[in-house]
Amino acid sequence: MQEGTKDVKIGTPKEVFEGEARVAMTPDSARMLRKLGYDCAIEAGAGVAAGFLDEAYAEAGVEIFNTAAGLWKEADVVAKVRPPTDAEVKRLTDGKLLISFFWPAQNGELMEAAAKKGASVIAMDMVPRISRAQKMDALSSMANIAGYRAVIEAGNNFGRFFTGQITAAGKVPPAKVLVVGAGVAGLAAIGTSTSLGAITYAFDVRPEVAEQVESMGAQFVFLDFEEAAKDGAESGGYASVSSPEFTAAQLAKFRELAPDIDIVITTALIPNREAPELWTKDMVEAMKPGSVIIDLAAEKGGNCKLTVMDQKIVTDNGVTIIGYTDFPSRMATQSSTLYATNIRHMMTDLTPGKDGKVNHNMEDDVIRGATIAHAKEVTFPPPPPKIKAIAAQKPKEKVKELTSQEKRAAEVTAFKAQTKSQVTLLAVGGALVLGVGLFAPASFMQHFIVFVLAVFVGFQVIWGVAHSLHTPLMAITNAISSIIILGALMQIGSGSGLVILLAALSVFMAGINIFGGFLVTRRMLAMFQKS
Amino acid sequence: MEFGFTTAAYVVAAVLFILSLGGLSGQESAKRAVWYGIAGMALAVAATLVGPGAGLWLVSVVLIALGGVIGYQLATRVQMTQMPELVAAMHSLVGLAAVFVGYVAHIELVRVLGMTPEERVGLDGFAALLAHKTLVEVNILRVELFLGVFIGAVTFTGSVIAYGKLAGRVNTAAAKLPGGHVLNASAAALSVLCLIWYFNTGGLLPLILMTAAALFIGYHLIMGIGGADMPVVVSMLNSYSGWAAAAIGFSLGNDLLIVVGALVGSSGAILSYIMCKAMNRSFISVILGGFGGPAGEQQAVEGEQVAIDAEGVASALDEADSVIIIPGYGMAVAQAQQNVAELTKRLRAKGKTVRFAIHPVAGRLPGHMNVLLAEAKVPYDIVLEMDEINEDFPSTDVAIVIGSNDIVNPAAQDDPNSPIAGMPVLECWKAKQVFVSKRGQGTGYSGIENPLFFKDNTRMFYGDAKKSLDDLLTKIS
Repeated sequence: MQEGTKDVKIGTPKEVFEGEARVAMTPDSARMLRKLGYDCAIEAGAGVAAGFLDEAYAEAGVEIFNTAAGLWKEADVVAKVRPPTDAEVKRLTDGKLLISFFWPAQNGELMEAAAKKGASVIAMDMVPRISRAQKMDALSSMANIAGYRAVIEAGNNFGRFFTGQITAAGKVPPAKVLVVGAGVAGLAAIGTSTSLGAITYAFDVRPEVAEQVESMGAQFVFLDFEEAAKDGAESGGYASVSSPEFTAAQLAKFRELAPDIDIVITTALIPNREAPELWTKDMVEAMKPGSVIIDLAAEKGGNCKLTVMDQKIVTDNGVTIIGYTDFPSRMATQSSTLYATNIRHMMTDLTPGKDGKVNHNMEDDVIRGATIAHAKEVTFPPPPPKIKAIAAQKPKEKVKELTSQEKRAAEVTAFKAQTKSQVTLLAVGGALVLGVGLFAPASFMQHFIVFVLAVFVGFQVIWGVAHSLHTPLMAITNAISSIIILGALMQIGSGSGLVILLAALSVFMAGINIFGGFLVTRRMLAMFQKS
Repeated sequence: MEFGFTTAAYVVAAVLFILSLGGLSGQESAKRAVWYGIAGMALAVAATLVGPGAGLWLVSVVLIALGGVIGYQLATRVQMTQMPELVAAMHSLVGLAAVFVGYVAHIELVRVLGMTPEERVGLDGFAALLAHKTLVEVNILRVELFLGVFIGAVTFTGSVIAYGKLAGRVNTAAAKLPGGHVLNASAAALSVLCLIWYFNTGGLLPLILMTAAALFIGYHLIMGIGGADMPVVVSMLNSYSGWAAAAIGFSLGNDLLIVVGALVGSSGAILSYIMCKAMNRSFISVILGGFGGPAGEQQAVEGEQVAIDAEGVASALDEADSVIIIPGYGMAVAQAQQNVAELTKRLRAKGKTVRFAIHPVAGRLPGHMNVLLAEAKVPYDIVLEMDEINEDFPSTDVAIVIGSNDIVNPAAQDDPNSPIAGMPVLECWKAKQVFVSKRGQGTGYSGIENPLFFKDNTRMFYGDAKKSLDDLLTKIS
């Protein structure tokens, strides 16, 4: 940035973390970054583990550096996947910008060291969860992959089909999968599992996600538990800590399910806390031999306490528990593509002018939220965003599951209410008619009765008219309302002069109406065709 | 001819009319129903011509024939998109006819009352009927004809204004004279005073005064109602024309007029009720015009509208299995129904499920969209009502909104402060992807911001509906 005429360079070093296969820049993302006006650079061999060769980068116009040191020196913006190591932080200098996962809550010292160096740091894990920032939400893209991979990994360790089959060699029951925690990873796992044909159940402490779960084809496991529903929007759409009673009810439900479930995928995480224990030892013991547990929360201590981080273990009763934490890295090509795109979107937001100049706008909610060090100062934690993550929950009416008795009672009350209103209407109507009858002469009453009956018949008949025929109905009622012609016809012969003129005009107008109305109705109805 | 014959013919005609309306319960039976209606009308007119009280029947027949020629011309030339205008215009004729008939009744009444009993013996026709009335009956007659003229006059000016608005000759925005409802109320009060006056004196002046007041009420009432509420207005006027006929029927002592008037009146009333319910508004609030003020601040809409071109829509449609199209008034304005039908045909030929979701108040007339789609030869069994299809949106790949706005506004469900809060809407945003064909970024008739346009799965397909679909059709073979 400080070199006035030289273009700003975005560089990506090789990941130094053991076993990390992902890379923060792909040839495709480099092309897009160059369109924003940036120069791109990469350390030789950085993309090999993810399936991107140096030649491909060179073709996309990316400058290739042989050493990490050279790259760190030349690059003004460094894009990485894993948090920087101490050695890497030392390479940061004043004015450089580092974009990577950082986990600032855990890596406080690292963050201070980086800030002291005068570099800006954008932590991809701190991108606020608002609609506008979804395109750079790397946590979601990684969680999506983890969820998918978790199911694949489970299948790999599970000795049966996911889908039920009836073959010549016998019947195979479908696998039963329980996904605990319906966040991004959970939903991805549900989608993968259902599309493989397994019977999938899902649970989450936020009942409002039941709809999303069901839309993915899984059954939501409801608890028989009454609690003032917490508003998920308050915590940015993430789960918060539940009450002890709730936890107890939840565990009881799981205990009931455990013997039936073949595969459990737990994804329950609470931001900045140890993962809650959801799958206890006795549940593992209750499971059938050959069952598989994938604990996506292994990094935070695991939702199952038997989980060993980064390892696959088999319990005494033959249940496989997998505690890998590198699911995204196991699908490095896919995750690099998504992550590089997230980074590219971040750069797009940082470059409003598309002129290859970084504009670190600390007023912007997204950029401010993700920046943890800027201008020699630590800027973590960020102030709460101006916009709430997701729309505030509507106050929900409680829909209670009614027992058959209650239903019956409700029906009876409804019937009684209806009867009551009908009887009241009839009584009032009858009284009115009687009242009119007391004063009006008999000749009027005759007509009046006809009138009341006709209104009644009209109401009965019109309710049956098909919705789509409302326009023809209007046209036909319009046509027959020209029955007023009868009045004119009766009058035209009586009297003279003005009377005849007015009556004749009425006959004429009604004539237009009769023919126009009926013909247009016929024309319309003739158009309605069945397929 | 005997009086008994006419009455018998009237009974048959009344039954035919009821069958005619009842037949509209299904598309197929409806085709028969029109003939019942025509037969009923022919029978009623013929029976009246030969029955007691009619005279000058040659003139009558000639006039009916003349009117028939004009009616035929109108009916064959009218475009289906102009149907609302035509219906409104025809209502005004019924209203005016009711006014004239009411006046004639008044003139005759005055003439007959001025005669001595000896002179009355020689009368025939309508005058003879009047001559037999007692004093109480005469008074009731006055009330009846007064009511008939009042409703007829309101219907007349109301329909003329509704016609003007629908045909685009009068500004469709809700407009009120200074004074607003006070003017209507005072005109109505004046009419009541005239009724008392007329009841006691039987003079012509109160009748004329009342007519003027009623004409004003009709004009001002409909002027104050915005374009989006037109379905209610048209069906309300339909109802009024029926009540006017019934009131005239009372004053003439004609049972068939009463029966048919009541049928038409209740039909219009039910239609208005259905329309109001579809908008979750009370009849009163529609009639009084404009939307009720919002209860509080509306939720601000955040995000941006993302545009898309024909190519993008075409490729999404190519990948979709199920498509739901939601037409609105914009489709009628752009005359795009043929293109919509063509698109439907091509998509169906590719084996995709294409259906239509019709909101009860889409368009400017109850059932307006159904008629337009039928005209374009869209089979009616894929055109579904809101209640039938609303639950299918989550399993739908693509929803296409063509020229509708408020009926797909999620604010009706999400924002309790929205002016349309609680109105049932088509939940198209639950589909995987939504395309909105719309002329520009404006807010439409009601001026309510529509959060649908800002949703993540919504893409705006800007441009005149017909032109946009033309472009789209070139991309889809």
